[in-house]
Amino acid sequence: MPLALGHALWRYRGLVLGSVKREFQSRYRNSLLGAAWTVFQPLAMITVYTVVFSQLMQARLPGVNDPFAYSIYLCSGLLTWGLFAEIVQRCQTVFLDNGNMIKKLSFPRICLPAIVVSSALVNFAITFAVFLAFLLITGHFPSWVLLAIIPLLLVHVMFATGMGIAVGVLNVFFRDVGQFISILLQFWFWFTPIVYSSTTLPAAVRPWIRLNPLTSFAQAYQGIFVNGLWPQWSSLWPSAVLAFILCILALNLFRNRSAEMVDEL
Amino acid sequence: MGDIRVNGLGKAYKSYPSQWSRLAEWIIPSGKPKHRQHWVLQNVDFHLYAGEAVGIVGANGAGKSTLLKLLTGTTKPTAGQISMTGRVAALLELGMGFHPDFTGRQNAMMGGQLLGLSVEEILDLMPSIEAFAEIGEYIDEPVRTYSSGMQMRLAFSVATAKRPDILIVDEALSVGDSYFQHKSFERIREFRRAGTTLLIVSHDRYAIQTICDRALLLDGGRLIKQGVPVDVLDYYNALMAERDHQTVRQERLEDGRMKTISGTGEAVMTDIQLINTDGEIADSVEVGDLLELRVHVVIKAHLPRLVLGFMIKDRLGQPVYGINTHRLEKPMTDLSEGEEISYRYRFPANLGKGSYSLSLSLSKEDSHLGENYEWRDNALIFHVFNTYKENFVGTSWLDAKVEISRPTELGTSSATSP
Repeated sequence: MPLALGHALWRYRGLVLGSVKREFQSRYRNSLLGAAWTVFQPLAMITVYTVVFSQLMQARLPGVNDPFAYSIYLCSGLLTWGLFAEIVQRCQTVFLDNGNMIKKLSFPRICLPAIVVSSALVNFAITFAVFLAFLLITGHFPSWVLLAIIPLLLVHVMFATGMGIAVGVLNVFFRDVGQFISILLQFWFWFTPIVYSSTTLPAAVRPWIRLNPLTSFAQAYQGIFVNGLWPQWSSLWPSAVLAFILCILALNLFRNRSAEMVDEL
Repeated sequence: MGDIRVNGLGKAYKSYPSQWSRLAEWIIPSGKPKHRQHWVLQNVDFHLYAGEAVGIVGANGAGKSTLLKLLTGTTKPTAGQISMTGRVAALLELGMGFHPDFTGRQNAMMGGQLLGLSVEEILDLMPSIEAFAEIGEYIDEPVRTYSSGMQMRLAFSVATAKRPDILIVDEALSVGDSYFQHKSFERIREFRRAGTTLLIVSHDRYAIQTICDRALLLDGGRLIKQGVPVDVLDYYNALMAERDHQTVRQERLEDGRMKTISGTGEAVMTDIQLINTDGEIADSVEVGDLLELRVHVVIKAHLPRLVLGFMIKDRLGQPVYGINTHRLEKPMTDLSEGEEISYRYRFPANLGKGSYSLSLSLSKEDSHLGENYEWRDNALIFHVFNTYKENFVGTSWLDAKVEISRPTELGTSSATSP
């Protein structure tokens, strides 16, 4: 079954790539600066965090005495959380938003989440490039450790995609799912050490935070960018297994319900 | 390539009494189903051979659109199978997926990709898409600046840019101006000649009769009849006339046409004759002969109003002439049970050579869609021969005269030919 889906995606790769391209084109249509805005957004974010937290509030990470450390810590967590949240949130409504097309045209439905994931990845790539440039300029560019980001992102995106597709399919039948997920994401964000460091938490809470599958991702990213450390792969295993299971479940759900989904839209 | 085999096809939609019962059904897989199945299509079997053109007719809600959606693969069947060979293209929702902010060219690209074509293929086809759509410079303008006709032209051009093995058309052709309608019809015919299997849903009798080899009639989600378009359409008409389901009978006439009789039977035709000037039954008629149509009607129940009409149709089932006593302002009123009425219509057979059929109706009003007492399609057949008149073509003898003048240098001289 995953093979058939893969084959369908490959046959319609033109549609997926074309749609991603058009999505970007339509976003900056009728704007003077065009694609430059994709760069300004993350640039503004990094600047605000650096100026506000590092310079004005003098926020410091415990144990690190670098003025940029906290803003790097924030950005590495926020950017990757952004990727995760974008995939989940857009997959959640992707079938509903394209209901008309699904009902009337015949094409592999798996293209729709594929478009969402691809365009989120392109977005992330641009933002991430700005972030890397910032690291380079401030002299915080991580060495070879940066390569660790590839397997990390792969599993992270798998996690997001699996969850997104499952939620997207369920949302067609039970709209409650969409409502629930948007609330869940808010809690999840603050339950993940992105803005704060888990070492600042009371000892009683820390084991709970560790149960959060996204904690290990966030900590791995922060480790790479703030301290230049390779991730602790052993701590990532549970999340990776969970991501894999989520994908299998999501694809199963998608396969079993995609026919019924058309009737429900 | 291009045949369609449909076996025991059925489609049902689930309806749940509430969202909670749906949840219960999802969570407890072993529990008994909580939904009701609402069948919109049931037990449909047919086989279309490669290169055949088939029309699907039926009233609204008969399941035509559902059948097409199943064939194109947008929805999945609840029961039965469909097997098709070759590439399928559908003209169902033309312009679906067009983005108003993008240019015609970009949208054509997107449309082609939705059909599963590769970028190279679309680029190859683009010149022919542009040429066929005939929208000129507009191809590089945003689609929101297009008129609806232009959008439809572009959409049709994209959808038919590459000849499919199976083409599915849903009334789409009734859009656009008459020039483009002709053009698109011509393209569809061209595909047919090249071997494309054609499946058309239309309410347009003319379209189905001229293009299709066969027609399928759907009623209440079931395939109730298939055969030669004229017969199926006659049956369909009769069925439409009597939604309260009286009997419809069909018999085959000696020349293969179907005779269809239907109606409530409150007034019946007991004798129908076409007589020539010699008082003989006219089944062979000369162009221009005076004919008399005699119809004997027996009233079976009290009727406030009665209209008798007849219609002459050509070999293809196209109406040539029709009239009734309502339009002639001679309806009968206040008839009581047991009364007998004789009608005599007189008319000259100013028809071209060929065979014609005569259909009759007894109804209350102008149309048989109101109360239909009796409706007889192809009640009788007659043949028109041309022995004495000039050798003209067509179904109508208009008795044209000609005058020709040819001025010469020598003066005036004119010639008149008969």
